[in-house]
Amino acid sequence: MNLKLTRKLKEVIASRLMLLITALSSMLIFVMILGLFLKARLILATQSLPELLLSTSWHPLRGEFGFYPFILGTIWVTVLAMFFSIPSCLLTSIYLTEYASAKIRAFIKPLIDLLAGIPSVVYGLWGILVVVPLVKDHIAPLFGYPTSGYCLLTGGFVLAIMVFPVLISVSEEVFRAVPHEVREISLALGATRWQTVKHAQMVPRIKGIIAAIVLGFSRAFGETMAVMMVVGNVAQVPSSVFQPAYPLPALIANNYGEMMSIPLYDAALLLAALLLLLIVLVFSVGARIVLLRIERRVV
Amino acid sequence: MDRRQLEEAFFKGLMIASTVIIVGILFAILAVVLLKGAPLLSLSMLTQTPKGGYYLGKGGGILNAIIGSLYLAFGATFLSFIIAFPIALYLQEYARNRFASFVRLSLDILWGVPSIVYGAFGFTIMLYLGLRACLLGGIIVLTLLMLPIMTRAMDEVMRMVPHELRETSYAVGSTRLEALLRVVSRQALPGILTAVLLAFGRGIGDAASILFTAGYTDHIPHSLFDPAASLPLAVFFLLGTPLPEVQERAYAAAVILLVIILSTSVISRLLTTKWTKFVIK
Repeated sequence: MNLKLTRKLKEVIASRLMLLITALSSMLIFVMILGLFLKARLILATQSLPELLLSTSWHPLRGEFGFYPFILGTIWVTVLAMFFSIPSCLLTSIYLTEYASAKIRAFIKPLIDLLAGIPSVVYGLWGILVVVPLVKDHIAPLFGYPTSGYCLLTGGFVLAIMVFPVLISVSEEVFRAVPHEVREISLALGATRWQTVKHAQMVPRIKGIIAAIVLGFSRAFGETMAVMMVVGNVAQVPSSVFQPAYPLPALIANNYGEMMSIPLYDAALLLAALLLLLIVLVFSVGARIVLLRIERRVV
Repeated sequence: MDRRQLEEAFFKGLMIASTVIIVGILFAILAVVLLKGAPLLSLSMLTQTPKGGYYLGKGGGILNAIIGSLYLAFGATFLSFIIAFPIALYLQEYARNRFASFVRLSLDILWGVPSIVYGAFGFTIMLYLGLRACLLGGIIVLTLLMLPIMTRAMDEVMRMVPHELRETSYAVGSTRLEALLRVVSRQALPGILTAVLLAFGRGIGDAASILFTAGYTDHIPHSLFDPAASLPLAVFFLLGTPLPEVQERAYAAAVILLVIILSTSVISRLLTTKWTKFVIK
Protein backbone atom coordinates (compact mmCIF):
# COMPACT_ATOMS: atom_id res chain seq x y z
CA MET A 1 0.00 0.00 0.00
CA ASN A 2 2.72 2.40 1.04
CA LEU A 3 4.79 1.63 -2.03
CA LYS A 4 1.81 2.20 -4.26
CA LEU A 5 1.19 5.52 -2.58
CA THR A 6 4.75 6.80 -3.10
CA ARG A 7 4.63 5.77 -6.75
CA LYS A 8 1.39 7.61 -7.25
CA LEU A 9 2.68 10.62 -5.37
CA LYS A 10 5.78 10.70 -7.55
CA GLU A 11 3.63 10.56 -10.63
CA VAL A 12 1.45 13.44 -9.50
CA ILE A 13 4.30 15.66 -8.36
CA ALA A 14 6.34 14.97 -11.48
CA SER A 15 3.46 15.70 -13.81
CA ARG A 16 2.70 19.01 -12.06
CA LEU A 17 6.35 20.01 -12.18
CA MET A 18 6.66 19.12 -15.83
CA LEU A 19 3.53 21.06 -16.64
CA LEU A 20 4.94 24.08 -14.86
CA ILE A 21 8.25 23.93 -16.73
CA THR A 22 6.51 23.37 -20.06
CA ALA A 23 4.05 26.20 -19.57
CA LEU A 24 6.76 28.63 -18.46
CA SER A 25 8.99 27.78 -21.41
CA SER A 26 6.26 28.19 -23.96
CA MET A 27 5.51 31.61 -22.49
CA LEU A 28 9.10 32.71 -23.08
CA ILE A 29 8.40 34.09 -26.53
CA PHE A 30 5.62 36.30 -25.17
CA VAL A 31 7.79 37.45 -22.31
CA MET A 32 10.48 38.46 -24.78
CA ILE A 33 8.06 40.42 -26.94
CA LEU A 34 6.58 42.14 -23.91
CA GLY A 35 9.97 42.93 -22.40
CA LEU A 36 11.35 44.41 -25.60
CA PHE A 37 8.16 46.36 -26.17
CA LEU A 38 8.20 47.87 -22.69
CA LYS A 39 11.74 49.08 -23.27
CA ALA A 40 11.08 50.30 -26.81
CA ARG A 41 8.01 52.25 -25.70
CA LEU A 42 10.23 55.15 -24.77
CA ILE A 43 11.17 55.87 -28.35
CA LEU A 44 7.73 55.08 -29.73
CA ALA A 45 6.42 57.83 -27.48
CA THR A 46 8.63 60.45 -29.12
CA GLN A 47 8.17 59.46 -32.75
CA SER A 48 5.57 57.42 -34.57
CA LEU A 49 6.56 54.02 -35.91
CA PRO A 50 6.24 54.90 -39.64
CA GLU A 51 8.37 57.98 -39.04
CA LEU A 52 11.07 55.88 -37.42
CA LEU A 53 10.95 53.23 -40.10
CA LEU A 54 11.06 55.58 -43.07
CA SER A 55 13.45 58.27 -41.94
CA THR A 56 17.00 58.02 -43.25
CA SER A 57 18.71 60.22 -40.73
CA TRP A 58 20.52 58.28 -38.02
CA HIS A 59 22.04 60.70 -35.54
CA PRO A 60 21.53 59.22 -32.09
CA LEU A 61 23.24 62.11 -30.33
CA ARG A 62 20.78 64.55 -31.86
CA GLY A 63 17.92 62.19 -31.05
CA GLU A 64 17.25 61.25 -34.67
CA PHE A 65 16.65 57.57 -35.17
CA GLY A 66 15.83 56.73 -38.77
CA PHE A 67 15.84 52.99 -39.32
CA TYR A 68 15.38 53.14 -43.08
CA PRO A 69 19.03 52.51 -44.10
CA PHE A 70 19.28 49.57 -41.71
CA ILE A 71 16.01 48.02 -42.78
CA LEU A 72 17.02 48.38 -46.40
CA GLY A 73 20.42 46.89 -45.62
CA THR A 74 18.78 43.87 -44.00
CA ILE A 75 16.37 43.39 -46.87
CA TRP A 76 19.09 43.70 -49.50
CA VAL A 77 21.41 41.22 -47.85
CA THR A 78 18.54 38.78 -47.45
CA VAL A 79 17.34 39.20 -51.05
CA LEU A 80 20.85 38.68 -52.40
CA ALA A 81 21.26 35.60 -50.26
CA MET A 82 17.96 34.24 -51.59
CA PHE A 83 19.08 34.94 -55.13
CA PHE A 84 22.23 32.89 -54.62
CA SER A 85 20.82 30.08 -52.56
CA ILE A 86 17.30 29.28 -53.77
CA PRO A 87 18.14 27.83 -57.20
CA SER A 88 21.11 25.83 -56.01
CA CYS A 89 19.35 24.52 -52.92
CA LEU A 90 16.22 23.47 -54.78
CA LEU A 91 18.27 21.71 -57.43
CA THR A 92 20.36 19.99 -54.78
CA SER A 93 17.37 18.83 -52.78
CA ILE A 94 15.66 17.51 -55.93
CA TYR A 95 18.85 15.72 -56.80
CA LEU A 96 19.08 14.22 -53.34
CA THR A 97 15.46 13.05 -53.20
CA GLU A 98 14.93 11.95 -56.80
CA TYR A 99 18.18 11.14 -58.50
CA ALA A 100 20.95 10.36 -56.05
CA SER A 101 21.62 6.77 -55.05
CA ALA A 102 21.40 5.85 -51.39
CA LYS A 103 25.18 5.78 -51.24
CA ILE A 104 25.61 9.34 -52.48
CA ARG A 105 22.88 10.52 -50.14
CA ALA A 106 24.55 8.83 -47.22
CA PHE A 107 27.72 10.69 -48.13
CA ILE A 108 26.23 14.13 -48.71
CA LYS A 109 23.65 14.37 -45.93
CA PRO A 110 26.16 14.31 -43.05
CA LEU A 111 28.25 16.88 -44.88
CA ILE A 112 25.29 19.22 -45.08
CA ASP A 113 24.60 18.66 -41.38
CA LEU A 114 28.22 19.56 -40.76
CA LEU A 115 27.77 22.76 -42.72
CA ALA A 116 24.88 23.60 -40.37
CA GLY A 117 27.12 23.20 -37.35
CA ILE A 118 29.87 25.60 -38.40
CA PRO A 119 29.73 28.69 -36.17
CA SER A 120 28.89 31.98 -37.80
CA VAL A 121 32.20 33.63 -36.89
CA VAL A 122 33.94 30.95 -38.93
CA TYR A 123 31.75 31.78 -41.91
CA GLY A 124 32.63 35.41 -41.34
CA LEU A 125 36.32 34.62 -41.16
CA TRP A 126 36.09 32.63 -44.38
CA GLY A 127 34.23 35.52 -45.96
CA ILE A 128 37.01 37.91 -45.03
CA LEU A 129 39.72 35.55 -46.23
CA VAL A 130 38.15 34.42 -49.48
CA VAL A 131 35.02 36.26 -50.56
CA VAL A 132 36.11 39.82 -49.75
CA PRO A 133 39.30 39.66 -51.90
CA LEU A 134 37.39 37.81 -54.62
CA VAL A 135 34.76 40.53 -54.85
CA LYS A 136 37.30 43.32 -54.57
CA ASP A 137 39.83 42.08 -57.09
CA HIS A 138 37.81 40.06 -59.56
CA ILE A 139 34.07 40.51 -59.48
CA ALA A 140 33.71 44.25 -58.93
CA PRO A 141 36.31 45.27 -61.58
CA LEU A 142 34.34 43.13 -64.02
CA PHE A 143 31.45 45.55 -63.63
CA GLY A 144 33.70 48.57 -63.29
CA TYR A 145 32.84 49.41 -59.67
CA PRO A 146 35.55 50.24 -57.18
CA THR A 147 34.87 48.60 -53.82
CA SER A 148 36.68 47.56 -50.67
CA GLY A 149 35.12 44.13 -50.92
CA TYR A 150 33.20 44.72 -47.68
CA CYS A 151 29.86 45.16 -49.37
CA LEU A 152 26.32 43.89 -49.84
CA LEU A 153 27.36 41.31 -52.42
CA THR A 154 29.86 39.71 -50.05
CA GLY A 155 27.36 39.74 -47.18
CA GLY A 156 24.66 38.20 -49.35
CA PHE A 157 26.98 35.50 -50.59
CA VAL A 158 28.20 34.50 -47.13
CA LEU A 159 24.62 34.50 -45.84
CA ALA A 160 23.53 32.33 -48.78
CA ILE A 161 26.04 29.68 -47.79
CA MET A 162 24.83 29.81 -44.21
CA VAL A 163 21.23 29.07 -45.18
CA PHE A 164 22.11 26.17 -47.48
CA PRO A 165 21.65 23.47 -44.83
CA VAL A 166 18.27 24.66 -43.52
CA LEU A 167 16.92 25.30 -46.98
CA ILE A 168 18.06 21.94 -48.33
CA SER A 169 16.71 19.91 -45.44
CA VAL A 170 13.31 21.61 -45.32
CA SER A 171 12.75 21.48 -49.08
CA GLU A 172 13.87 17.85 -49.12
CA GLU A 173 11.10 17.12 -46.65
CA VAL A 174 8.59 18.89 -48.86
CA PHE A 175 9.61 16.83 -51.89
CA ARG A 176 9.61 13.66 -49.86
CA ALA A 177 6.02 14.33 -48.83
CA VAL A 178 4.85 13.68 -52.40
CA PRO A 179 3.29 10.21 -52.41
CA HIS A 180 5.32 7.61 -54.25
CA GLU A 181 2.37 6.61 -56.41
CA VAL A 182 2.19 10.04 -58.00
CA ARG A 183 5.80 9.72 -59.05
CA GLU A 184 5.29 6.21 -60.41
CA ILE A 185 2.17 7.10 -62.35
CA SER A 186 3.92 10.01 -63.97
CA LEU A 187 6.91 7.87 -64.90
CA ALA A 188 4.63 5.08 -66.16
CA LEU A 189 2.95 7.55 -68.49
CA GLY A 190 6.28 8.04 -70.14
CA ALA A 191 7.32 11.31 -68.55
CA THR A 192 11.00 11.84 -68.01
CA ARG A 193 12.22 12.24 -64.46
CA TRP A 194 12.57 15.98 -64.82
CA GLN A 195 9.05 16.27 -66.21
CA THR A 196 7.83 14.27 -63.23
CA VAL A 197 9.64 16.59 -60.87
CA LYS A 198 8.37 19.66 -62.65
CA HIS A 199 4.72 18.76 -63.11
CA ALA A 200 4.00 16.23 -60.39
CA GLN A 201 6.16 17.63 -57.63
CA MET A 202 7.14 21.25 -58.03
CA VAL A 203 3.86 22.74 -59.23
CA PRO A 204 1.52 21.06 -56.73
CA ARG A 205 4.05 21.63 -53.96
CA ILE A 206 4.70 25.25 -54.75
CA LYS A 207 3.20 26.40 -51.45
CA GLY A 208 5.36 24.00 -49.54
CA ILE A 209 8.44 25.11 -51.41
CA ILE A 210 7.71 28.74 -50.67
CA ALA A 211 7.12 27.85 -47.04
CA ALA A 212 10.47 26.07 -46.92
CA ILE A 213 12.16 29.11 -48.39
CA VAL A 214 10.47 31.51 -45.99
CA LEU A 215 11.45 29.31 -43.07
CA GLY A 216 15.03 29.22 -44.24
CA PHE A 217 15.12 32.96 -44.52
CA SER A 218 13.45 33.74 -41.27
CA ARG A 219 16.61 32.16 -39.88
CA ALA A 220 18.84 34.20 -42.17
CA PHE A 221 17.13 37.45 -41.36
CA GLY A 222 18.62 37.80 -37.94
CA GLU A 223 22.03 36.35 -38.66
CA THR A 224 24.45 38.74 -37.05
CA MET A 225 28.12 37.96 -36.77
CA ALA A 226 29.02 36.57 -40.18
CA VAL A 227 27.19 39.29 -42.08
CA MET A 228 28.45 42.02 -39.80
CA MET A 229 32.04 40.93 -40.41
CA VAL A 230 31.87 41.31 -44.20
CA VAL A 231 29.16 43.83 -45.04
CA GLY A 232 31.02 47.03 -44.20
CA ASN A 233 28.63 48.55 -41.63
CA VAL A 234 28.12 52.02 -43.08
CA ALA A 235 24.80 53.65 -42.23
CA GLN A 236 23.66 54.68 -45.69
CA VAL A 237 21.06 53.63 -48.20
CA PRO A 238 23.05 51.40 -50.56
CA SER A 239 22.70 52.15 -54.26
CA SER A 240 24.52 49.13 -55.66
CA VAL A 241 25.51 45.69 -54.46
CA PHE A 242 29.13 46.81 -54.32
CA GLN A 243 28.37 49.34 -51.61
CA PRO A 244 28.57 48.65 -47.91
CA ALA A 245 25.38 48.40 -45.88
CA TYR A 246 24.42 48.17 -42.22
CA PRO A 247 21.81 45.51 -41.39
CA LEU A 248 19.71 45.74 -38.22
CA PRO A 249 21.37 42.88 -36.31
CA ALA A 250 24.79 44.43 -36.89
CA LEU A 251 23.46 47.75 -35.63
CA ILE A 252 22.38 46.15 -32.38
CA ALA A 253 25.59 44.14 -31.97
CA ASN A 254 27.86 47.11 -32.60
CA ASN A 255 26.14 49.62 -30.40
CA TYR A 256 24.12 47.95 -27.69
CA GLY A 257 25.79 47.75 -24.33
CA GLU A 258 27.90 50.85 -24.90
CA MET A 259 25.17 53.38 -25.28
CA MET A 260 23.26 52.72 -22.12
CA SER A 261 23.82 56.28 -20.96
CA ILE A 262 21.43 57.62 -23.60
CA PRO A 263 18.04 56.11 -22.78
CA LEU A 264 16.55 56.90 -26.17
CA TYR A 265 19.41 55.18 -27.96
CA ASP A 266 18.91 52.13 -25.80
CA ALA A 267 15.20 52.15 -26.61
CA ALA A 268 15.90 52.53 -30.34
CA LEU A 269 18.18 49.48 -30.39
CA LEU A 270 15.65 47.41 -28.49
CA LEU A 271 13.00 48.52 -30.95
CA ALA A 272 15.29 47.16 -33.67
CA ALA A 273 15.47 43.86 -31.78
CA LEU A 274 11.70 43.82 -31.40
CA LEU A 275 11.27 44.42 -35.14
CA LEU A 276 13.58 41.51 -35.95
CA LEU A 277 11.72 39.28 -33.53
CA LEU A 278 8.29 40.18 -34.89
CA ILE A 279 9.30 39.74 -38.54
CA VAL A 280 10.81 36.34 -37.80
CA LEU A 281 7.71 35.42 -35.80
CA VAL A 282 5.27 36.30 -38.59
CA PHE A 283 7.28 34.51 -41.26
CA SER A 284 7.95 31.38 -39.29
CA VAL A 285 4.39 30.99 -38.04
CA GLY A 286 3.05 31.46 -41.56
CA ALA A 287 5.49 29.00 -43.07
CA ARG A 288 4.82 26.41 -40.39
CA ILE A 289 1.08 26.58 -40.85
CA VAL A 290 1.50 25.88 -44.56
CA LEU A 291 3.95 23.05 -43.91
CA LEU A 292 1.68 21.50 -41.28
CA ARG A 293 -1.22 21.48 -43.70
CA ILE A 294 0.84 19.67 -46.29
CA GLU A 295 1.94 17.12 -43.75
CA ARG A 296 -1.65 16.50 -42.70
CA ARG A 297 -2.91 16.10 -46.24
CA VAL A 298 -0.29 13.49 -46.97
CA VAL A 299 -0.70 11.55 -43.75
CA MET B 1 17.82 12.92 -78.71
CA ASP B 2 14.52 14.76 -78.52
CA ARG B 3 13.77 17.92 -76.58
CA ARG B 4 12.51 16.11 -73.52
CA GLN B 5 15.66 14.13 -73.10
CA LEU B 6 17.74 17.22 -73.71
CA GLU B 7 15.83 19.04 -71.00
CA GLU B 8 16.30 16.07 -68.68
CA ALA B 9 20.03 15.98 -69.31
CA PHE B 10 20.32 19.73 -68.88
CA PHE B 11 18.57 19.84 -65.53
CA LYS B 12 20.30 16.75 -64.27
CA GLY B 13 23.58 18.42 -65.13
CA LEU B 14 22.52 21.54 -63.25
CA MET B 15 21.53 19.52 -60.21
CA ILE B 16 24.79 17.65 -60.07
CA ALA B 17 26.67 20.90 -60.56
CA SER B 18 24.86 22.63 -57.71
CA THR B 19 25.33 19.67 -55.38
CA VAL B 20 29.02 19.57 -56.21
CA ILE B 21 29.30 23.33 -55.64
CA ILE B 22 27.60 23.15 -52.25
CA VAL B 23 29.74 20.25 -51.08
CA GLY B 24 32.78 21.96 -52.58
CA ILE B 25 32.11 25.16 -50.64
CA LEU B 26 31.92 23.19 -47.41
CA PHE B 27 35.31 21.68 -48.09
CA ALA B 28 36.64 25.06 -49.16
CA ILE B 29 35.56 26.62 -45.85
CA LEU B 30 37.08 23.83 -43.79
CA ALA B 31 40.24 23.73 -45.89
CA VAL B 32 40.88 27.48 -45.89
CA VAL B 33 40.30 27.90 -42.16
CA LEU B 34 42.23 24.79 -41.17
CA LEU B 35 45.16 25.41 -43.52
CA LYS B 36 45.47 29.05 -42.56
CA GLY B 37 45.02 28.50 -38.86
CA ALA B 38 46.67 25.17 -38.07
CA PRO B 39 50.27 26.33 -38.69
CA LEU B 40 49.67 29.20 -36.29
CA LEU B 41 48.58 26.99 -33.44
CA SER B 42 51.13 26.67 -30.70
CA LEU B 43 51.30 25.23 -27.24
CA SER B 44 51.42 28.66 -25.65
CA MET B 45 48.25 29.57 -27.51
CA LEU B 46 46.45 26.70 -25.79
CA THR B 47 47.98 26.94 -22.34
CA GLN B 48 48.40 30.63 -21.57
CA THR B 49 46.12 33.55 -20.99
CA PRO B 50 46.87 36.77 -22.90
CA LYS B 51 49.87 38.61 -21.49
CA GLY B 52 50.27 42.38 -21.48
CA GLY B 53 50.41 43.59 -25.07
CA TYR B 54 48.92 40.39 -26.49
CA TYR B 55 46.76 42.43 -28.80
CA LEU B 56 49.85 44.26 -30.02
CA GLY B 57 51.67 41.09 -30.98
CA LYS B 58 53.28 40.10 -27.68
CA GLY B 59 53.17 36.59 -26.20
CA GLY B 60 50.40 34.70 -24.50
CA GLY B 61 47.50 32.58 -25.60
CA ILE B 62 43.74 32.29 -25.57
CA LEU B 63 43.32 29.87 -22.71
CA ASN B 64 40.90 32.38 -21.21
CA ALA B 65 38.61 32.02 -24.23
CA ILE B 66 38.90 28.23 -24.38
CA ILE B 67 38.05 27.81 -20.70
CA GLY B 68 35.38 30.51 -20.88
CA SER B 69 33.70 28.84 -23.85
CA LEU B 70 33.74 25.45 -22.17
CA TYR B 71 32.28 26.87 -18.95
CA LEU B 72 29.57 28.67 -20.90
CA ALA B 73 28.67 25.76 -23.14
CA PHE B 74 28.76 23.07 -20.45
CA GLY B 75 26.84 25.24 -18.00
CA ALA B 76 24.19 26.05 -20.55
CA THR B 77 23.95 22.46 -21.82
CA PHE B 78 23.43 21.24 -18.27
CA LEU B 79 20.80 23.86 -17.48
CA SER B 80 18.91 23.41 -20.70
CA PHE B 81 18.92 19.63 -20.28
CA ILE B 82 17.27 20.04 -16.89
CA ILE B 83 14.54 22.10 -18.52
CA ALA B 84 14.30 20.41 -21.92
CA PHE B 85 14.04 16.81 -20.74
CA PRO B 86 10.87 17.29 -18.63
CA ILE B 87 9.26 19.30 -21.42
CA ALA B 88 9.97 16.56 -23.94
CA LEU B 89 8.56 13.96 -21.54
CA TYR B 90 5.51 16.06 -20.82
CA LEU B 91 4.78 16.49 -24.51
CA GLN B 92 4.81 12.72 -25.04
CA GLU B 93 2.24 11.60 -22.60
CA TYR B 94 0.62 14.27 -20.47
CA ALA B 95 -0.09 17.18 -22.76
CA ARG B 96 -3.35 17.20 -24.65
CA ASN B 97 -3.04 17.49 -28.41
CA ARG B 98 -3.91 21.16 -28.59
CA PHE B 99 -1.57 22.18 -25.81
CA ALA B 100 1.21 20.01 -27.24
CA SER B 101 1.00 21.62 -30.66
CA PHE B 102 0.97 25.05 -29.06
CA VAL B 103 4.11 24.26 -27.09
CA ARG B 104 5.79 22.81 -30.15
CA LEU B 105 4.93 25.84 -32.26
CA SER B 106 6.16 28.20 -29.57
CA LEU B 107 9.44 26.29 -29.31
CA ASP B 108 9.82 26.28 -33.09
CA ILE B 109 9.40 30.04 -33.12
CA LEU B 110 11.97 30.37 -30.35
CA TRP B 111 14.34 28.25 -32.44
CA GLY B 112 14.10 30.85 -35.17
CA VAL B 113 14.63 33.88 -32.93
CA PRO B 114 17.93 35.52 -33.91
CA SER B 115 20.61 35.08 -31.30
CA ILE B 116 21.28 38.81 -31.19
CA VAL B 117 17.71 39.27 -29.96
CA TYR B 118 18.36 36.79 -27.14
CA GLY B 119 21.50 38.76 -26.36
CA ALA B 120 19.74 42.12 -26.27
CA PHE B 121 16.80 40.76 -24.30
CA GLY B 122 19.06 38.94 -21.86
CA PHE B 123 21.19 41.99 -21.25
CA THR B 124 18.12 44.15 -20.64
CA ILE B 125 16.95 41.72 -17.99
CA MET B 126 20.42 41.62 -16.46
CA LEU B 127 20.53 45.40 -16.22
CA TYR B 128 17.13 45.36 -14.62
CA LEU B 129 18.45 42.93 -12.01
CA GLY B 130 21.58 45.00 -11.57
CA LEU B 131 23.95 42.42 -13.01
CA ARG B 132 27.00 43.25 -15.12
CA ALA B 133 28.22 41.08 -17.99
CA CYS B 134 29.21 37.80 -16.36
CA LEU B 135 29.55 34.07 -16.77
CA LEU B 136 26.15 33.45 -15.21
CA GLY B 137 24.44 35.87 -17.60
CA GLY B 138 26.11 34.21 -20.56
CA ILE B 139 25.09 30.77 -19.37
CA ILE B 140 21.47 31.80 -18.88
CA VAL B 141 21.18 33.44 -22.29
CA LEU B 142 22.84 30.47 -23.98
CA THR B 143 20.40 28.23 -22.14
CA LEU B 144 17.49 30.15 -23.64
CA LEU B 145 19.11 29.79 -27.07
CA MET B 146 19.72 26.04 -26.71
CA LEU B 147 16.42 25.19 -25.03
CA PRO B 148 14.22 25.07 -28.15
CA ILE B 149 16.85 23.17 -30.14
CA MET B 150 17.34 20.53 -27.48
CA THR B 151 13.67 20.18 -26.59
CA ARG B 152 12.42 19.83 -30.14
CA ALA B 153 15.17 17.40 -31.07
CA MET B 154 14.41 15.23 -28.01
CA ASP B 155 10.70 15.49 -28.64
CA GLU B 156 11.11 14.26 -32.20
CA VAL B 157 13.10 11.17 -31.21
CA MET B 158 10.76 10.31 -28.37
CA ARG B 159 7.82 10.50 -30.74
CA MET B 160 9.48 7.84 -32.86
CA VAL B 161 9.36 5.32 -30.02
CA PRO B 162 6.59 2.85 -30.88
CA HIS B 163 3.40 3.28 -28.90
CA GLU B 164 3.19 -0.45 -28.21
CA LEU B 165 6.20 -0.26 -25.92
CA ARG B 166 4.49 2.29 -23.74
CA GLU B 167 1.29 0.28 -23.71
CA THR B 168 3.16 -2.88 -22.76
CA SER B 169 4.66 -1.03 -19.87
CA TYR B 170 1.24 0.20 -18.71
CA ALA B 171 -0.08 -3.32 -19.04
CA VAL B 172 2.41 -4.53 -16.46
CA GLY B 173 1.27 -1.79 -14.12
CA SER B 174 3.72 1.08 -14.48
CA THR B 175 2.70 4.67 -13.99
CA ARG B 176 3.10 7.14 -16.85
CA LEU B 177 6.25 8.57 -15.31
CA GLU B 178 7.81 5.12 -14.97
CA ALA B 179 6.93 4.23 -18.53
CA LEU B 180 8.47 7.46 -19.80
CA LEU B 181 11.63 7.22 -17.73
CA ARG B 182 12.34 3.52 -17.97
CA VAL B 183 11.02 2.64 -21.40
CA VAL B 184 10.62 5.64 -23.66
CA SER B 185 13.74 7.49 -22.52
CA ARG B 186 15.84 4.39 -22.71
CA GLN B 187 14.60 3.66 -26.20
CA ALA B 188 15.28 7.20 -27.29
CA LEU B 189 18.64 7.42 -25.52
CA PRO B 190 20.82 7.70 -28.65
CA GLY B 191 18.55 10.41 -29.99
CA ILE B 192 18.52 12.26 -26.68
CA LEU B 193 22.29 12.23 -26.69
CA THR B 194 22.37 13.58 -30.23
CA ALA B 195 19.98 16.34 -29.19
CA VAL B 196 22.22 17.32 -26.29
CA LEU B 197 25.35 17.38 -28.42
CA LEU B 198 23.58 19.29 -31.19
CA ALA B 199 22.60 21.98 -28.72
CA PHE B 200 26.10 21.99 -27.24
CA GLY B 201 27.58 22.58 -30.69
CA ARG B 202 25.19 25.45 -31.38
CA GLY B 203 25.85 26.98 -28.01
CA ILE B 204 29.61 26.89 -28.12
CA GLY B 205 29.68 28.46 -31.57
CA ASP B 206 27.28 31.29 -30.92
CA ALA B 207 28.71 34.75 -30.53
CA ALA B 208 25.91 37.27 -30.85
CA SER B 209 24.00 36.15 -27.77
CA ILE B 210 26.98 36.32 -25.40
CA LEU B 211 28.45 39.50 -26.83
CA PHE B 212 26.86 41.67 -24.12
CA THR B 213 25.86 39.09 -21.57
CA ALA B 214 29.13 37.25 -20.91
CA GLY B 215 31.45 40.10 -21.82
CA TYR B 216 35.11 39.52 -22.58
CA THR B 217 38.15 39.42 -20.35
CA ASP B 218 41.76 38.31 -20.39
CA HIS B 219 41.32 36.32 -17.21
CA ILE B 220 39.84 32.95 -16.53
CA PRO B 221 36.58 33.45 -14.63
CA HIS B 222 36.74 32.37 -10.99
CA SER B 223 33.10 32.82 -10.09
CA LEU B 224 29.77 32.95 -11.83
CA PHE B 225 29.80 36.70 -11.50
CA ASP B 226 33.10 37.26 -13.31
CA PRO B 227 32.97 38.14 -16.98
CA ALA B 228 34.00 35.28 -19.25
CA ALA B 229 35.81 35.27 -22.59
CA SER B 230 34.74 32.87 -25.34
CA LEU B 231 36.22 31.44 -28.51
CA PRO B 232 33.78 32.90 -31.06
CA LEU B 233 34.26 36.34 -29.58
CA ALA B 234 38.03 35.79 -29.49
CA VAL B 235 37.90 35.17 -33.25
CA PHE B 236 35.79 38.26 -33.71
CA PHE B 237 37.83 40.62 -31.55
CA LEU B 238 41.22 39.39 -32.74
CA LEU B 239 40.14 39.93 -36.34
CA GLY B 240 39.13 43.44 -35.40
CA THR B 241 42.62 44.38 -34.22
CA PRO B 242 44.78 46.47 -36.55
CA LEU B 243 47.96 44.35 -36.68
CA PRO B 244 48.06 41.51 -39.23
CA GLU B 245 50.05 39.19 -36.97
CA VAL B 246 47.42 39.57 -34.25
CA GLN B 247 44.65 39.01 -36.78
CA GLU B 248 46.31 35.73 -37.66
CA ARG B 249 45.70 34.57 -34.12
CA ALA B 250 42.02 34.72 -34.96
CA TYR B 251 42.57 31.98 -37.55
CA ALA B 252 44.12 29.79 -34.88
CA ALA B 253 41.23 30.51 -32.51
CA ALA B 254 38.80 29.57 -35.28
CA VAL B 255 40.65 26.28 -35.75
CA ILE B 256 40.30 25.46 -32.05
CA LEU B 257 36.58 26.27 -32.22
CA LEU B 258 36.12 24.17 -35.37
CA VAL B 259 37.99 21.23 -33.86
CA ILE B 260 35.74 21.31 -30.78
CA ILE B 261 32.61 21.44 -32.93
CA LEU B 262 33.72 18.80 -35.42
CA SER B 263 34.75 16.43 -32.66
CA THR B 264 31.40 16.96 -30.93
CA SER B 265 29.64 15.90 -34.08
CA VAL B 266 31.94 12.89 -34.58
CA ILE B 267 31.49 11.83 -30.94
CA SER B 268 27.76 12.16 -31.34
CA ARG B 269 27.82 9.87 -34.37
CA LEU B 270 30.02 7.28 -32.69
CA LEU B 271 28.05 7.19 -29.46
CA THR B 272 24.78 7.00 -31.33
CA THR B 273 25.84 3.89 -33.21
CA LYS B 274 27.23 2.38 -30.02
CA TRP B 275 24.14 3.04 -27.94
CA THR B 276 21.72 1.97 -30.60
CA LYS B 277 22.57 -1.62 -29.57
CA PHE B 278 20.31 -1.26 -26.55
CA VAL B 279 17.32 -0.15 -28.54
CA ILE B 280 14.57 -2.65 -29.24
CA LYS B 281 13.83 -2.53 -32.92
